[in-house]
Amino acid sequence: MALPKYTEPHYRIWHYIYLTICGAVFFFLIAPLFVIFPLSFNAEEFLSFSEGMKRLDPDAFSLRWYKDMIYGTKNPWGLAAKNSFIIAIFATIGSVILGTVAALGLSSRHMPYKGLIMAVLISPMIVPLIISGVAIFFFMAKAGLAATHTGIVLAHIILGTPFVVITVTATLSGFDHSVTRAAASLGSDPVNTFMKITLPLILPGVISGGLFAFVTSFDEVVVVLFLAGLENTTIPIQMWTGLREQLSPTILAVATCLIILSTLILVTAELLRRRSERLRGINQ
Amino acid sequence: MSSETKQILTTDGIPLEVSLKKAERKNKVKAFLLVAPLLFFLIITYVFPIGDMLFRSVDDKMVTQMLPKTFKAMENWDGQELPEEEVFAAFHEDFIKLVEDKREGKLSTQLNYTKNGFKSIIKKLRRKSKSFEEGNYKEQIMSVHKRWADVEYWRAIQRRAPEFTGQKYLKGMDMYVNEEGKIVSVEEDRRIHRVLWLRTLEIAFFVTVFCFLMAYPIAHLLATLPMKYSNLLMICVLLPFWTSLLVRTASWMILLQQQGIVNDFFVGIGLVADDNRPEMMYNKTGSYVAMTQILLPFMVLPLYSVMKTISPSLMRAGKSLGGTPFVAFWKVYFPLTIPGIGAGCLLVFILAIGYYITPALVGGASGTLISNQIAFHMKSTLDWSFASAMGLMLLSGVLVIYWLYNKIVGIDNIKLG
Repeated sequence: MALPKYTEPHYRIWHYIYLTICGAVFFFLIAPLFVIFPLSFNAEEFLSFSEGMKRLDPDAFSLRWYKDMIYGTKNPWGLAAKNSFIIAIFATIGSVILGTVAALGLSSRHMPYKGLIMAVLISPMIVPLIISGVAIFFFMAKAGLAATHTGIVLAHIILGTPFVVITVTATLSGFDHSVTRAAASLGSDPVNTFMKITLPLILPGVISGGLFAFVTSFDEVVVVLFLAGLENTTIPIQMWTGLREQLSPTILAVATCLIILSTLILVTAELLRRRSERLRGINQ
Repeated sequence: MSSETKQILTTDGIPLEVSLKKAERKNKVKAFLLVAPLLFFLIITYVFPIGDMLFRSVDDKMVTQMLPKTFKAMENWDGQELPEEEVFAAFHEDFIKLVEDKREGKLSTQLNYTKNGFKSIIKKLRRKSKSFEEGNYKEQIMSVHKRWADVEYWRAIQRRAPEFTGQKYLKGMDMYVNEEGKIVSVEEDRRIHRVLWLRTLEIAFFVTVFCFLMAYPIAHLLATLPMKYSNLLMICVLLPFWTSLLVRTASWMILLQQQGIVNDFFVGIGLVADDNRPEMMYNKTGSYVAMTQILLPFMVLPLYSVMKTISPSLMRAGKSLGGTPFVAFWKVYFPLTIPGIGAGCLLVFILAIGYYITPALVGGASGTLISNQIAFHMKSTLDWSFASAMGLMLLSGVLVIYWLYNKIVGIDNIKLG
């Protein structure tokens, strides 16, 4: 955004002020994440930079908290990580299947009461989480599913499907329905048409919806706080307990791992979004 | 033309109109069947439970069922003076049954919600009632504690007779039904919920304003920069967006603590003295700073997607017609971004109003919000009907905001990502 040569001085000044403001906001957004990295390698038990770290003394850095995260005594993180992945994977599968099928129905032009049904389907995204948490807890308690993995998976399917419905309906809006008619005219049955024609074309939307559902489940803490027993502890629950009780550097080691995971998810989601846009012909 | 003679028939001999309608209906059913699994799943696991909350919030059968005989006997009581022996006898009968079932503790908790002071006198009554003689229960109960001889307490019991009650909603607004049946506010210094509602609105409002002020310039920059730079900067927005909420809250806890980096920096540039470091966490400041940073991407993304569609030639046209860049911006560019502003503000405000985790961790006592209170009653006091009532009050607030938004901006004008 270079300014043209003829720009008057006071606009020039204004332009630099604007760039400075933008820089400050970007810094505000991203800097907090980068504080965690160096501190997770702290050799000491404090959550601030030690004198040694400021001098970049190699002895001030260590993998101590990563070792504690993996091998520590009475260590909750192993179980939490296992639970988190199991719950998130099953919740994602459930959300993707239910959400994609529903999106196919919703984007059909024959769908009756489209607005009302769409409102119900995306309501878990609109209603504040704390209210969803209370409502889902009441249901799970009645159904005898509180403090079970099944209960938490079902709860996360509820919270994850709106994202799948939205992304897949968006992908389907640019979908050329004549290709499915062509397949049908060539003798393919609806299931075969879906698997061979429709699904490959809407796959980027399905996967990015699935990623949203996965992250929602993996990061969800409000509903799990109501539902989980000791056996169902997840990474967010452990972090929540840790942050409330004592802020140990082990949490920072876990946080660093989570940031790496979210970077991977971000890269995947971005690549998929671009591919989907290219297929829909929105590429600039 | 008469429909009997000129009707168009399909090859099967069925009128075309009928055949088309049949096909249309078949398509409708097909589309609905696809949506049905998710729709019914959500109705059973989500929509009904919210209805259940509504029921729980007004349900007051518990006390009604614990003291059936007492309430029957009270029907003839005018509530002016102490009830007759008949009521005391019925109460004694109900109470003995409750003690047998070991449920008198629940009764005392419930009655204590209505009027403070029931806990101790019910405990005392349980102890003394073992040695009660038959007959003249009025005297015997009144001799247990002087509060049993106070008509106020009997009126409090009578107020719990109806099966349904709106008192939890009143309590959520720091009001109650007094002895004369009028709705009044609790004493000034006990109005904790009103303070919380106002604080929730205040924090949600200012977080929305801060997010808007910070997001507008960077969304504009992202939308006008060439792709290769904007993609790089977009990572600064998307990485926090995809990162765990707890990780981001943890980083703010590290930054804002008294020996933290922000305070170190302030001391370093001489803004504050080393022995006088300000408390930036466990108060409102903590909630403001952390919530603004966490919700900022939700404002940037809708703004960006709207700004991306605005052609730069519009601004140039405005300038070429003699407007200064500021006039061109204000008259041409800004109005075009309103759908994005609306969507972003709605999203951030609604997320902020129901926020729980971050205020609970960095907010301290003065930075907690209404959702913290709901969670507190769900997990600690186990007053689920009160938690439901407050949850529904919050939900109706959110729905009102959607309704207003739809009136003013139109929900179809929302653009998300």
